[in-house]
Amino acid sequence: MVTLTFLSHFNNYLQSCMSLSSYCVGEENWVDSRTVYIGHKEPPAGTEAYIQQRFPDNRIVSSKYTFWNFIPKNMFEQFRRVANFYFLIIFLVQLIIDTPTSPVTSGLPLFFVITVTAIKQGYEDWLRHKADNSVNQCPVHVVQHGKVVRKQSRKLRVGDVVLVKEDETFPCDLILLSSSRDDGTCFVTTASLDGESSHKTYYAVQDTKAYNTEKEVDSIHATIECEQPQPDLYKFVGRISIYMDNEPVARPLGSENLLLRGATLKNTEYIYAVAIYTGMETKMALNYQSKSQKRSAVEKSMNAYLVVYLCILIGKAFINTVLKYVWQADPNRDEPWYNERTETERQAFTDFLAFMVLFNYIIPVSMYVTVEMQKFLGSYFIMWDDEMFDEELGERAVVNTSDLNEELGQVEYVFTDKTGTLTENNMEFIECCVDGHVYCRVTQCWLSTQEHEELFFRALCLCHTVQVKEEETVDGIKHGIHQGKSTSFYISSSPDEVALVEGMKRLGFTYLRLKDSHMEILNREDEIERFELLEVLTFDSVRRRMSVIVRANTGELYLFCKGADSSIFPRVISGKVEQVRARVEHNAVEGLRTLCVAYRPLSSEQYQQVCHLLSEAKLALQDRDKRLAEAYDLIETDLILLGATAVEDRLQEKAADTIESLHKAGMKVWVLTGDKMETAAATCYASKLFRRNTQILELTTKRTEEQSLHDVLFDLSRTVLRHDKSLKKCDFTDFGLIIDGATLSAVMRPGQEDSNSGNYKEIFLEICRNCSAVLCCRMAPLQKAQIVKLIKASKEHPITLAIGDGANDVSMILEAHVGIGIMGKEGRQAVRNSDYAIPKFKHLKKMLLVHGHYYYIRISELVQYFFYKNVCFIFPQFLYQFFCGFSQQPLYDTAYLTLYNISFTSLPILLYSLIEQHINMDILKKDPSLYRDIAKNSLLRWPIFIYWTILGVYDAIVMFFGAYFLFDNTTFTSNGQMFGNWTFGTLVFTVLVFTVTFKLALDTHYWTWINHFVIWGSLIFFVVFSLLWGGIIWPFLNYQRMYYVFMQMLSSGPAWLSIILLITAGLLPDVVKKVIWRALWPTTTERIQVGTHTHIIEDYGSAKTTAAVFVFWKNYCKTKDRWVLL
Amino acid sequence: MIAAMMASSYNAKEEDGHHSGSSSHGGAGAVKSKKPDNTAFKQQRLPAWQPILTAGTVLPAFFVIGLIFIPIGIGLYVTSNNIKEFEVDYTGVDINSPCYSCAKNFSWNSTQSCVCSVNFTLEQPFESNVFMYYGLSNFYQNHRRYVKSRDDSQLNGDLSALMNPSKECEPYRTNDGLPIAPCGAIANSLFNDTLDLYYVDSNSTKTPIPLAKKGIAWWTDKHVKFRNPSGNTNLTVTFQGTTKPVNWRKPVYELDPSEADNNGFINEDFIVWMRTAALPTFRKLYRIIQKKSGTTPTLPSGRYILDITYNYPVLSFDGRKRMILSTISWMGGKNPFLGIAYITVGSICFFLGVVLLIIHHKYDTRNNSADIPN
Repeated sequence: MVTLTFLSHFNNYLQSCMSLSSYCVGEENWVDSRTVYIGHKEPPAGTEAYIQQRFPDNRIVSSKYTFWNFIPKNMFEQFRRVANFYFLIIFLVQLIIDTPTSPVTSGLPLFFVITVTAIKQGYEDWLRHKADNSVNQCPVHVVQHGKVVRKQSRKLRVGDVVLVKEDETFPCDLILLSSSRDDGTCFVTTASLDGESSHKTYYAVQDTKAYNTEKEVDSIHATIECEQPQPDLYKFVGRISIYMDNEPVARPLGSENLLLRGATLKNTEYIYAVAIYTGMETKMALNYQSKSQKRSAVEKSMNAYLVVYLCILIGKAFINTVLKYVWQADPNRDEPWYNERTETERQAFTDFLAFMVLFNYIIPVSMYVTVEMQKFLGSYFIMWDDEMFDEELGERAVVNTSDLNEELGQVEYVFTDKTGTLTENNMEFIECCVDGHVYCRVTQCWLSTQEHEELFFRALCLCHTVQVKEEETVDGIKHGIHQGKSTSFYISSSPDEVALVEGMKRLGFTYLRLKDSHMEILNREDEIERFELLEVLTFDSVRRRMSVIVRANTGELYLFCKGADSSIFPRVISGKVEQVRARVEHNAVEGLRTLCVAYRPLSSEQYQQVCHLLSEAKLALQDRDKRLAEAYDLIETDLILLGATAVEDRLQEKAADTIESLHKAGMKVWVLTGDKMETAAATCYASKLFRRNTQILELTTKRTEEQSLHDVLFDLSRTVLRHDKSLKKCDFTDFGLIIDGATLSAVMRPGQEDSNSGNYKEIFLEICRNCSAVLCCRMAPLQKAQIVKLIKASKEHPITLAIGDGANDVSMILEAHVGIGIMGKEGRQAVRNSDYAIPKFKHLKKMLLVHGHYYYIRISELVQYFFYKNVCFIFPQFLYQFFCGFSQQPLYDTAYLTLYNISFTSLPILLYSLIEQHINMDILKKDPSLYRDIAKNSLLRWPIFIYWTILGVYDAIVMFFGAYFLFDNTTFTSNGQMFGNWTFGTLVFTVLVFTVTFKLALDTHYWTWINHFVIWGSLIFFVVFSLLWGGIIWPFLNYQRMYYVFMQMLSSGPAWLSIILLITAGLLPDVVKKVIWRALWPTTTERIQVGTHTHIIEDYGSAKTTAAVFVFWKNYCKTKDRWVLL
Repeated sequence: MIAAMMASSYNAKEEDGHHSGSSSHGGAGAVKSKKPDNTAFKQQRLPAWQPILTAGTVLPAFFVIGLIFIPIGIGLYVTSNNIKEFEVDYTGVDINSPCYSCAKNFSWNSTQSCVCSVNFTLEQPFESNVFMYYGLSNFYQNHRRYVKSRDDSQLNGDLSALMNPSKECEPYRTNDGLPIAPCGAIANSLFNDTLDLYYVDSNSTKTPIPLAKKGIAWWTDKHVKFRNPSGNTNLTVTFQGTTKPVNWRKPVYELDPSEADNNGFINEDFIVWMRTAALPTFRKLYRIIQKKSGTTPTLPSGRYILDITYNYPVLSFDGRKRMILSTISWMGGKNPFLGIAYITVGSICFFLGVVLLIIHHKYDTRNNSADIPN
């Protein structure tokens, strides 16, 4: 047991050491809890001896390098990349031994790549240093010796008493000691932490709340004992011991006392608080994992191909080395009289390495450069996209990482935040219905004076916990109760309540304030009505209702109750339940958030009884919560139903359309929210995440309380599996899963001795896999990341995308393969940490369906083509070894070897990978299912890769043996002169450049003038270069082997004829394959391509477009079905 | 990253989330500056030709290629067949061959050159200019060590390179402390058999056939790439201080005693040899037999004698030596490959065209039947 805890602590310690890295306390000092002396005052002698601990200062470190370690660390990291390391090795080999090509050919590009990357990374780190400094030097107010002193934020220490003023952000995690408010409360918005923009109330320690000047605060003598920092934002356990009159009083501390770094103080003039977690130990810092380098699936495929090619390379070199030794076993071959070795050559055995160097071009350094360029330049198209510009915000899409462009085309799971992402984060009162009659729909109201109606409005005005905040003129952002007059606001932890009270105001009942425990209402006749507020039965998520008990002026006593329909209806004894229920259901289907309102008149005896019940429960020392709940349960009975309300958290524009498109594109959409289940579910319905025929599976605390988690899970999986079987009978219902944070952590909890927990995870994943939509509510930020991680790690390794707007989404944005930030109202943290940022959720559609699709197509062609063209390039060299005595003689001239990848064949593919559009943009948007065509990295699968490689080998064989037979023992000039080996190589090379470029031209579906320019231009460049290269005796070269070679070749008729022939023969199989495949086994993409040509192209751009696309879509569906049937 | 985030939370004016925030902080100016340009390029809407390879579009191309390639192929094949070529192997491997003893008794040190004669008969007359080649087999002129073993600066007449040849020439760089000119393995192994051709007419008289040695090397090589140091005058002086390649009998400036400006580095035989062959079996142009005026064939059919001054050993590495006589057409020497290849590719294209036509036909009707009802 002891060892166990020790181990876990040690683990903690290791983790913190690793993640924080800024400090490492000695192991012996590492204990389970920490002790904080408020104001650094030692506890009076005689109390328990605390272990003195060292805490880090409040410095935030996010930079990676320092000035000193930049070069070694950066070099190390760069050469950890397989490719860079490989090129370094090749370069070194070339330096050390005598190789067929000069070290410059590989050294120069490598040096260039490394330098550019280092400069870029250095600049980025410098920016991080700057950001760190600005945070660390931000001033904070600290109480020292009864005075407020300004300090730099980084100098803040654990135990310092800090003064925070309104609208300031807490500089570290603090325990609230006292506030400017008499009741010792303060309001805080944690929008930047968990995305909840509502104001939350935090409580000062009861015994210190009176100390609210700096002098008084300084006199507090207390010690706080609390757990070591952990990332869960909502958990905190601690104890404060206050020494008064040498009599220590211990009080428990909970999360309601803990003010988190990053949260902002609101509606409270100032507070005093003591720092307990600082710097990298704050909960916020712990919640943001360091941003790891994300790598796209394409890059992984690329690396896999690289390994294959490395094997091919080594294989080739090995075969040639072995053959060489076999061949030269005969000394007359090895060293014939005409070709003797030097002494040094006789001693060295470097053939294998020399072959490696000769063939090393098969893995081109330029591919990495081209890929990087493609990604970097390509990302501009995202930024430039007019359709992703939001007029309202004046923002356009931002690309923070261009590494992941193509990953946007591979997304299988979308994890989205709800508030602010799917919705506008803006509640609006929509309607109320009294006794089943709809009274108010948006702004039009049909009012009559019914007794129930008046009561209903009053109930809504009274039954809430809204506070009124009067304020002078603050910046015009907030809108007041009386526009123009004194501005005051409704503040509540529930935006719904605010919406309701504001809705009531529109209907003529204005809630003015709570004064002396009287609630004041301004009614329609502009009279102020006063109700004495007797009791508030606060909301909780189990009961899902709240109540107030008020006494009217007339002395009547009422209990007003408001809550979810499911929690109200069973308690109603009269009222028009059926009508209201119908209305509520109608509204819920529309995605509105509904609440039911009921009341119960109380006689004074009943009230006495209620008071008794409540006070008894409140005074209970044990199980207070439980007893309170029982009391509430007893009180909230025999209700009379008044009516229902509907509030809308307006969905973002086109959110539903976007989600529908994502679904059609084969993506699974998960909503992860900190919100409560009902609200979130309503949004999910509204956004068409859940449809009417979606069967909802619930995996919530409520259910797991009834049954064990085990049973629930197996239940659900059985349901899902049954469905799997029934699918064949074609009754198609999709499933939606709802799970809450608590249950999720139960599912994911590791470590029971038996393998049960593993099973749970598996079952849970199995269920998820069968659900098209999942809603996770009540999630902590880190849990969001956890769930993303869970899906990422599941056995299909799907590509995930996380999208959110708040700081609470940052962890999942960082965790997912692709993180997208929405430029919402909750600050810019999500945007900063995201890979891409878009102004609105709806832009996700174009981002994925169009840009993602294009980038994927482009980069996959880029990768395949690059390997292909290098096989074509190097394989003839390999074949040539069989005819030159395995002597590593290069087939091509050095200039050709160097420039092939750099200039002759680089620009066309770069351009292709920037502007290729295999299908029109509009069709991609209209037909999301095309996205499925490229799912699962379909263009970079092994069969396709092998096809390309075989094609490359075929072309190489055609080129090499074509030239071989042409050269075979004959002349091909009309003056009888002979050509040498360099002409041979040049002939192969010319065919090579043309074949490879034409191959790309055949693959290009989108010929703009730029394509024409670049493709024909690069061919012309090759010809011009060759003419020039061979046209002059270059004085700086120590060989002139290319002199006039190219021109002599062109002066020969057969050379021309064979170039044409070999190009044709090289391209033929690919064209045939393409045509036949398209005719016999077309993909949906190919159908659409042909379709657009025959059906649409003519009237494209005219008004008929939509119709035509629609018709085509229908056709396409039919044909697709047919194919499925076949 | 964290710091950036935190920095923002210090600076950001957080709004109350539940108030509608359609406030445009940026102002009109900022909005305008951020709005992307609506240009065709930036919006990826450049006008473009969007070709698609389908059976329908490719079909005509295939037929056209077929129809063009097959005639070209036939033409090439016929041309190649009309070229006359005669080859004789004079290595002397076989004990009965006339050069057997020369080949067997070869020694580097012998000062006496061995001469042998090969008789052969041309069945058909060679009409136009006839080109005489020597051919070597199993001779790796394309071996890397061999290919690079030369100094192009030296051959281009660079004086410093003449006295101090490039390291690439090792181990044929210096001899007895003197720089070798021309240095390197290629030069050292210059082909030095002498071939003379005689026509034997009906009454057994040997008529020597004039062999032209001009025009066997590329013009550019002869005039630009290869140059003697300090002009062509007085080569003996120019080459003073250098030594001849080890295997050579005479120095480079005495290669052609009959013609003064065919000596030194610009000797055409030397230049031809210096252009390393691509493959281990190769031929090099040796002499040209100019067509005589009138209707008499250049080489009438009949008996011939080839006199060989046998200096070049190839048996040690299992090599072969040949003499080739060939006429030339516009497409060069005899090479049926190109014609056959053209015919093959043309036929394949034509055949594929037919296959595609069938596929296209079938596919199209099927496709239409599915589409039209809608």
